[in-house]
Amino acid sequence: MQKKLILDSDLLDLTISRLCQQLIENHNDFANSVILGMQPRGIFLAEIIHGKLTKDTKKDIPLGYLDSTFHRDDFRRRETPAIANETKVPFIIEGKKVVLVDDVLFTGRSIRAAMDAMITFGRPATVELLVLIDRRRNRELPIAADYVGKAVNTLASQRVLVELEAQGHKQNKIWLVNKD
Amino acid sequence: MSKLSQKHLLGIKDITREDIELIFDTADNFKEVINRPIKKVPSLRDVTIANVFFENSTRTRLSFELAQKRLSADVINFSASNSSVKKGETLLDTVNNILAMKVDMIVMRHASPGAPHFLAKHIKANIINAGDGTHEHPTQALLDAFSIREKFGSVAGKKIAIIGDILHSRVALSNIFALQKLGAKIMVCGPPTLLPKFISHLGVEVEFDVKKALQWCDVANVLRIQLERQQIKYFPSLREYSLYYGINKKLLDSLKKQIVIMHPGPINRGVELSSDAADSQHSIILDQVENGVAIRMAVLYLLAGTK
Repeated sequence: MQKKLILDSDLLDLTISRLCQQLIENHNDFANSVILGMQPRGIFLAEIIHGKLTKDTKKDIPLGYLDSTFHRDDFRRRETPAIANETKVPFIIEGKKVVLVDDVLFTGRSIRAAMDAMITFGRPATVELLVLIDRRRNRELPIAADYVGKAVNTLASQRVLVELEAQGHKQNKIWLVNKD
Repeated sequence: MSKLSQKHLLGIKDITREDIELIFDTADNFKEVINRPIKKVPSLRDVTIANVFFENSTRTRLSFELAQKRLSADVINFSASNSSVKKGETLLDTVNNILAMKVDMIVMRHASPGAPHFLAKHIKANIINAGDGTHEHPTQALLDAFSIREKFGSVAGKKIAIIGDILHSRVALSNIFALQKLGAKIMVCGPPTLLPKFISHLGVEVEFDVKKALQWCDVANVLRIQLERQQIKYFPSLREYSLYYGINKKLLDSLKKQIVIMHPGPINRGVELSSDAADSQHSIILDQVENGVAIRMAVLYLLAGTK
């Protein structure tokens, strides 16, 4: 198994800081904005970003977790049913500016499912997408991210491995893995 | 573990503890879904389900139908009272005719114990047992155990008394299997005529005095007297039954401890449970009904979810 480092710990910190600055440029004081981390892996990034934004803006920004399992389009096309994770949206998203946060954007199918899941809570004013890694040229749906940590060219057979300290890893590291 | 060990849900006896825990974890997520402003998810949109009821039901049928609709399944309902069964059609013919219309799942209630097991041997579709005679009622036991888990955080080590007409109750048998698999201690309590012989062989304690049973337990699951299944008299009168085995507020207050009251419904108010007990803060009867929809969504989702 070949592994190539895409982002190391220092570079990741820089990238996340830049993403936060871009968010502040567009959302100012987040008066009407909410952050939704996507289960299962986007929530860790969402928490990191939420923590930084809270520190920088000194505002109480709503943070929720969204699980899109029941809205997936591959139900009954897999060997085992997809297992859901907790959804926690303890605020109203009707009329809000929503920032969806996920770690990796690949085919775009989970983002589509997430948007379906999200609108069961109401009709947001706008929806934006923030991803740490954008896997270019692998999209199966017309979906693009508004904020991108790093765009990488990958093969469909490769895998992006995100290791965050929040998930119990020693160091923040992001790898590109060749399946063999 | 992300898949049930069985293709059907025929009884709790056939499934494992891991299956039950997977159903509970999935039901947690569905409980959140049914409390959203929009309570519907599209998971089962290409699945057709027939609810085949050869016996009367309100709660179970409504609960299943609602669960199916919340999952976006197509639903057809069948009840024996206005069907060709009256004209002499066999069970297998009836079901095969329904399946010929491209139905993927069958939810069945039947007065004969083992009817869904018989069907499972002969047809391909997934079968969910919604009650077979006096045998099993698996989704009721799952929602009962789920409600206890929700109330106490866990079922393991809890003491549960099942009180009333054990002999004719499919809820009792499924409850015993489910709760024992999850590590609870069970006691059955009722008049000797309404307790099956050799029930203690299932590893449950037997008690004839309702007050002692209540004193012992954390949860009392009170069952209905099933007069429709009683061809002979098992006790002199309902009044006498109520006097010796009915649970009321006065009895609960005399225990000097908090216990939880459950009932699978329909309640015969004033017989096995008085109104002041059924509507007290001890009771989680309506939580059971809410959890029933989430549990049935989980079972449908997990059974339908494989190729």
